[in-house]
Amino acid sequence: MLPGPLDFSDTISSMASAPTSKYNSHSLENESIKRTSRDGVNWDLSEAVPRLPGETRVADKEVIYICPFNGPIKGRVYITNYRLYLRSLETDSALILDVPLGVISRIEKMGGATSRGENSYGLDITCKDMRNLRFALKQEGHSRRDMFEILTRHAFPLAHSLPIFAFLNEEKFNVDGWLVYNPVEEYRRQGLPNHHWRITFINKCYELCDTYPSLLVVPYRASDEDLRRVATFRSRNRIPATGGGYESDDAYHNAELFFLDIHNIHVMRESLKKVKDIVYPNVEESHWLSSLESTHWLEHIKLVLTGAIQVADKVSSGKSSVLVHCSDGWDRTAQLTSLAMLMLDSFYRSIEGFEILVQKEWISFGHKFASRIGHGDKNHADADRSPIFLQFIDCVWQMSKQFPTAFEFNEQFLITILDHLYSCRFGTFLYNCESARERQKVTERTVSLWSLINSNKDKFKNPFYTKEINRVLYPVASMRHLELWVNYYIRWNPRIKQQQPNPVEQRYLELLALRDEYIKRLEELQLANSAKLSDPSTSPSSPSQMMPHVQTHF
Amino acid sequence: MRAVPRPPLPWGWAEPQPPVLVAAATAGARVAASAPARRCFPGRRYAGERGSRRWRRHQGAQALLRVVRAPRGEQLLCEASTVLKYVQEDSCQRGIYGKLVCTDFKIAFLGDDESALDNDETQFKNKVIGENDITLHCVDQIYGVFDEKKKTLFGQLKKYPEKLIIHCKDLRVFHFCLRYTKEEEVKRIVSGIIHHTQAPKLLKRLFLFSYAAAARNSTATDPKNHTVMFETLQDWCWELERTKGNMKYKAVRVNEGYRVSERLPEYFVVPTPLPEEDVPRFQGHGIPMWCWSCHNGCALLKMSALPKEQDDAVLQVQKSFLDGVYKTIHRPPYEIVKTEDLSSSFLSLQDIQTAHSKFKQLFLIDNSTEFWDTDIKWFSLLESSSWLDIIRRCLKKAIEITECLEAQNMNVLLLEENASDLCCLISSLVQVMMDPHCRTRVGFQSLVQKEWIMGGHCFLDRCNHLRQSDKEEVPVFLLFLDCVWQLVHQHPPAFEFTETYLTVLSDSLYIPIFSTFFFNSPHQKDTNMGRESQDTQGKPLNLLTVWDWSVQFEPKAQTLLKNPLYVEKPKLDKGQRKGMRFKHQRQLSLPLTQSKSSPKRGFFREETDHLIKNLLGKRISKLINSSDELQDNFREFYDSWHSKPTDYHGLLLPHIEGPEIKVWAQRYLRWIPEAQILGGGRVATMSKLLEMMEEVQSLQEKIDERHHGQVALQAEASSLLRASARLSSLFPFALLQRHSSKPVLPTSGWKALGDEEDLARREDESVDVGDL
Repeated sequence: MLPGPLDFSDTISSMASAPTSKYNSHSLENESIKRTSRDGVNWDLSEAVPRLPGETRVADKEVIYICPFNGPIKGRVYITNYRLYLRSLETDSALILDVPLGVISRIEKMGGATSRGENSYGLDITCKDMRNLRFALKQEGHSRRDMFEILTRHAFPLAHSLPIFAFLNEEKFNVDGWLVYNPVEEYRRQGLPNHHWRITFINKCYELCDTYPSLLVVPYRASDEDLRRVATFRSRNRIPATGGGYESDDAYHNAELFFLDIHNIHVMRESLKKVKDIVYPNVEESHWLSSLESTHWLEHIKLVLTGAIQVADKVSSGKSSVLVHCSDGWDRTAQLTSLAMLMLDSFYRSIEGFEILVQKEWISFGHKFASRIGHGDKNHADADRSPIFLQFIDCVWQMSKQFPTAFEFNEQFLITILDHLYSCRFGTFLYNCESARERQKVTERTVSLWSLINSNKDKFKNPFYTKEINRVLYPVASMRHLELWVNYYIRWNPRIKQQQPNPVEQRYLELLALRDEYIKRLEELQLANSAKLSDPSTSPSSPSQMMPHVQTHF
Repeated sequence: MRAVPRPPLPWGWAEPQPPVLVAAATAGARVAASAPARRCFPGRRYAGERGSRRWRRHQGAQALLRVVRAPRGEQLLCEASTVLKYVQEDSCQRGIYGKLVCTDFKIAFLGDDESALDNDETQFKNKVIGENDITLHCVDQIYGVFDEKKKTLFGQLKKYPEKLIIHCKDLRVFHFCLRYTKEEEVKRIVSGIIHHTQAPKLLKRLFLFSYAAAARNSTATDPKNHTVMFETLQDWCWELERTKGNMKYKAVRVNEGYRVSERLPEYFVVPTPLPEEDVPRFQGHGIPMWCWSCHNGCALLKMSALPKEQDDAVLQVQKSFLDGVYKTIHRPPYEIVKTEDLSSSFLSLQDIQTAHSKFKQLFLIDNSTEFWDTDIKWFSLLESSSWLDIIRRCLKKAIEITECLEAQNMNVLLLEENASDLCCLISSLVQVMMDPHCRTRVGFQSLVQKEWIMGGHCFLDRCNHLRQSDKEEVPVFLLFLDCVWQLVHQHPPAFEFTETYLTVLSDSLYIPIFSTFFFNSPHQKDTNMGRESQDTQGKPLNLLTVWDWSVQFEPKAQTLLKNPLYVEKPKLDKGQRKGMRFKHQRQLSLPLTQSKSSPKRGFFREETDHLIKNLLGKRISKLINSSDELQDNFREFYDSWHSKPTDYHGLLLPHIEGPEIKVWAQRYLRWIPEAQILGGGRVATMSKLLEMMEEVQSLQEKIDERHHGQVALQAEASSLLRASARLSSLFPFALLQRHSSKPVLPTSGWKALGDEEDLARREDESVDVGDL
């Protein structure tokens, strides 16, 4: 793994998440012995801590980081209002830990006054991104109490009437991610409104349904009065509205009912916990497969994908629209509609298309991100928390794995989205619904994650992407093809292969560069030849000696 | 039958010819007398028979034979018409009518409507085995369906099934409906197929011999094949020189003419100070045989155990003999030799056999329902087969040995009963990992020749090609290929060959026209092909080697065996090379810290007795070094290698953590339509890569053209991958085409959640109930 040379502009925008090097798939990861080059290049050495605009330092302390892979390492931990940053103080270790406080789900004290063993007194921090951090502290001088309190305050600002960091972040990007999604434009792209569907402003001030967006597309023949009546019968007034907005006949004629057997948010949460048990800190070795099976995680992925395939198939084969609903309408519904849309409409497989998809089907339609993720909230055991969005992204990853040329974005893109799902650096995933976001003026007061991504798109691009406008993509929802997303779930383990750069990809990029060079060369030669038509003998020495010939086997 | 010989076709192939009824005795093999009618598909040189009466009598069969690729000497044994072959397509089945034939080489289905079968879309045609051909050796299990019930068929049948299901060793599954076939023909074809695939055979009756006899005059060797066969003393000397092992080891001809042992090859390599007269003492048992030398001079050796003896006096003789051998190699420059007993503390052949028979069953799937029924339990089914765990153990063992050679500077001596099963496996795996030459195609083939063919791996017995009822297939070689596949899969740029190469190599185990995998030892091959069988024309039979890939594949198809990601090691001039070597050493070797060295390492004084006990049959399970120390060394070596960037031309280690050992999907899933990802899989990126290569190459040519003022030859670069717009993930093996873009939907439901049941019943949003 080579730490790639970093350009400075890149550093400013993304150093907090540290997905910096494009060869590095572990966005938030820094726990590595190899990556010394990053610091010093990136940051003001006197501070020794990277800082985002608006980020302020709170405290620092000498601790022992109990690395589950390399044993205890002495280091200094710096806490800001955004992150926890640890730098090794040992000469033979260049370990760095850079963790946004938003990923912290729980902070526990370990060991008591009577604890004997070495390094048994300290803090144990549970993270939402599949890892735990343990710090051993000295028993004297309240150092643990101080650190516990500082961390708790800044990791869980809601309980302390502090703002979430996204509202303090002063980062500037040359693209405004909030402009990516414009509902009217997106509906227009889909050919809506038409004679089957109309746009209604009935929910303009969220008076019909406060968890729905203000702009809705509804069946043409349903009057606003009908909608108001329907709304009273549905959970939280959530009326049926269009997701995909597909070509369709009358929506509710010949409605076919099928059940998808997908389990609820509690089952999903427990399943992910089990995944963590088998991968962190140690990967279960001899019974890996049966342990993996017993987590049921991939089984859930399979069922979600199967459901989405069924929805997509119904929409594309029949002339019928599909009404997707679950008990409340913003978890599985969002998963199924967005995955079905991804299968049917190639637009959503581009970077911007995917951003729009997330913005529309998840954020705008009221997936309860705040409850499911618990941004800034200390209640780690909240039954409302569940990795529904992660599960969706995992499904997308499985699809991109099965169709490696069909998506404009790469794995890094998906990992970055997941990292900032928790980080609280951007406003994108904050709050439960559009009306709450509007009340908090999120688009004015915070930066969008899409600003970070779109101002640095190259890093998130899949070089193999082949645009195929009308291609419908059905993944194979079989366990034979589903695999655990190792580069995400097991990325903290240095023993697990992270094939970065992917050799096929690297070779392809080399060839691309070579092609461009040759084309340039050829143009130059053409110019030179036309200039020197009279004297062909003076052509420069053979280019085959000057240029690296590509070694191929045809 | 002695027609005037005509010039042989390239590679000894006959074009399909009309069948001729053969008189009772030909030079070819006699198959059991139960065979009802006997026809043969002769080569072109028999074409003069065409006008004969016998030929006209069988003109009826002509149509179907147009699609038969018949190797010379093949004889038709029985046939049945109006057989319906099921073809699974878009998750519904349809049938194709045709003729089912059984020859002494294969079972073949010949469709009445050729166009439906002779599918030109199949880009990766095998010239020997068509997609509806099953060599007799490739048949794994035959089932009959009686009143909807599936039963294994064997021996004499009282009742004949309405449907025949054939499971193949390459994991294809064929369904033939016999309902519309004449009763007489059903009886004949079913009992014929059962007999010819299940009855024990004599070695001499293998198709190999009739084929070789028929192709006697053809010169079917590929001049460009540089594989070292290790059949001559020079081959061994060359290998010694290549690995710089000639300082300490010598090639010996003591077994020339198999004077000493029929188990050993005629030529092999032993430590230089070892007296040659020691070799015959126990027919080569107890002699350390050289496999390979590492860049630091350490060598990998193997040794077969001495025969077990009860008699104390004999034991004493054995002990002193071994003592002598060890004393020889205990002197400088050998010094430290670590022994690795593969027959006591490692896998048993039984483990491998059991695991594989469970494992393959997971892929021999009869229908869609079966596929989805097993899908939910897939991971635990995989695990319960233990196959992947066995792969992990082999890889781990190979890493341990690599660590000894590379980091500890120790010689390693592998021990095994006959030194011809796990010794072959482990020693070749170590070489693939340590020697980049073994990762080229020629190098890999030479390795298989050296360690497996000359190493005396009993292919005939392990594959049970003779169908001996007391034996079962023990796929040690397949296990090796699967281990190599894991490496290929994890480090794609390090190999000159592709996974497709490994897959077709594994298929070639069952094609009885290549001699490579059909003998137990070089001696067995030589005695059966050479001296003894100089019957008719006084010339030894000329057998094909599997390494001549042009026998099976057209040049275009052969491009799929070459890895486009592989880049040859750049050739350096001398000055650079020196620095390079230094760097290489530094990269590969770990510093030997003091803590690592242990008095135990120099085993000779302390451990000779122990070792000898071991060799004499008193097995102990734990070896000298398998302590915590060994584990620590292993971990350090393994972690340290993986933390550095990979040098594809240097040492290569596999990852062996749970998630890293994978199912060789191309080989195992290739015939299952449900597992097919249309337009997806890794082939999608590979075809993009090849496209780009072509583009770059053509640009390169244009530039050269401009410079040299000459029109560059248009490279024949039209790759197979490019031909088709949307390939399947199973490419190049997708036999069953899915034409529509309908999704494949799982048909089975949810497995019980067990302890999560109560969670599952909970509402997502308890707060919302009654919120209206």
